[in-house]
Amino acid sequence: MNLPTMDRRVAVKKLLDARDGALVVTGLGSPSYDVHAAGDRNDNYYLWGAMGGAALIGLGLAQAQPGKRVMVITGDGEQLMAFGSLATISVARPKNLDLIVLDNQHFGETGMQSSHTGKGIGFDKVAAACGFSKTAELRSLEEIDTLCEELRRPADGPRLFVLKITAENLPRSLPPRDAVEVKNRFRAHLGFATC
Amino acid sequence: MTASVEAKYPQAAALAAAPAASEKQWPDQVYDVLKAAGISHMSYVPDAGHTTLIRRFSADPEVVTNVLTTEEEGIAIAAGAWLGGKRSVVLMQSSGVGNCINMLSLPVQARFPLLVLVTMRGEWAEFNPWQVPMGQATEASLKAIGLRVLRAETGPDLVETVAQAALMAFDADQQIAVLIGQRLLGKKKW
Repeated sequence: MNLPTMDRRVAVKKLLDARDGALVVTGLGSPSYDVHAAGDRNDNYYLWGAMGGAALIGLGLAQAQPGKRVMVITGDGEQLMAFGSLATISVARPKNLDLIVLDNQHFGETGMQSSHTGKGIGFDKVAAACGFSKTAELRSLEEIDTLCEELRRPADGPRLFVLKITAENLPRSLPPRDAVEVKNRFRAHLGFATC
Repeated sequence: MTASVEAKYPQAAALAAAPAASEKQWPDQVYDVLKAAGISHMSYVPDAGHTTLIRRFSADPEVVTNVLTTEEEGIAIAAGAWLGGKRSVVLMQSSGVGNCINMLSLPVQARFPLLVLVTMRGEWAEFNPWQVPMGQATEASLKAIGLRVLRAETGPDLVETVAQAALMAFDADQQIAVLIGQRLLGKKKW
């Protein structure tokens, strides 16, 4: 059964065009490329490694900046490595943290091996069971427009949205790999010194 | 310590200068030096040796705390907190250090300040053989991934060590683990 999927770059561009001041953290691999392709910015924090870290960096950031919305954009493989983070985030219950899982049901960086999410694991259902305040699975760009409206509204707790995207390797749009520079410019954006 | 940090956290310098900690007082004094160093965020996987710190931080309205499902979560959370302007500390037992190794590439590569307090098992009056392999590998593993590792075996030494480790972590951009010797923690009671 082939259910519809959406173009990842277009979906991510729509979310970022509507970010409205949100701070963005990206999971390693294609989600970092997707966010970079929409325009490099100082308030993007890209990961090139630390697999399983994206959602949790988002949690620490959301707790440190309760007045700003934080959007984590990561892939199904990266989030699978942080399965327990959904419990940790749900218990922490930040009201300003949204997780966007770009789900192509494959490990795209390593040769498109199939992942757990194509075999019955739905992160929207897992997050709902953990107690996230809002979760959904989306399959069309029209639904992304609705999601952008949803994300503007205040939340009672963390939210997670699974975007079912087409499994394809698009031309890479590489963010800077100097991790210190990316960290420092992000902090400078918030008005903090480098050290 | 820079002048600006001294001005912001005036107690830090005083506390870093060898407080007289008795063996009984050290958990509360470690809390005091962490507060004086500007820590306002804490993540933990519980250990008996961290009981007082967990209780005091959890009761502190100025501190955000997170209970973790696995220790590496705390490494990523601490990085996020620093991105957002908060100083975080991570508490774990030595068995959890092994879980953290790849995630530690984040603070090491991006030079995030990191302060981890590790209660040791598997090295002194240990009755559980399963604790010994990771206990013996803890310091070598942390050094291999690029952390600075400090150790304390007495209460007064631990208080002083944590105070200066916090200063080095947050003012000198270092990634530091402080190992709290099992000899100090004492034999686990069953």
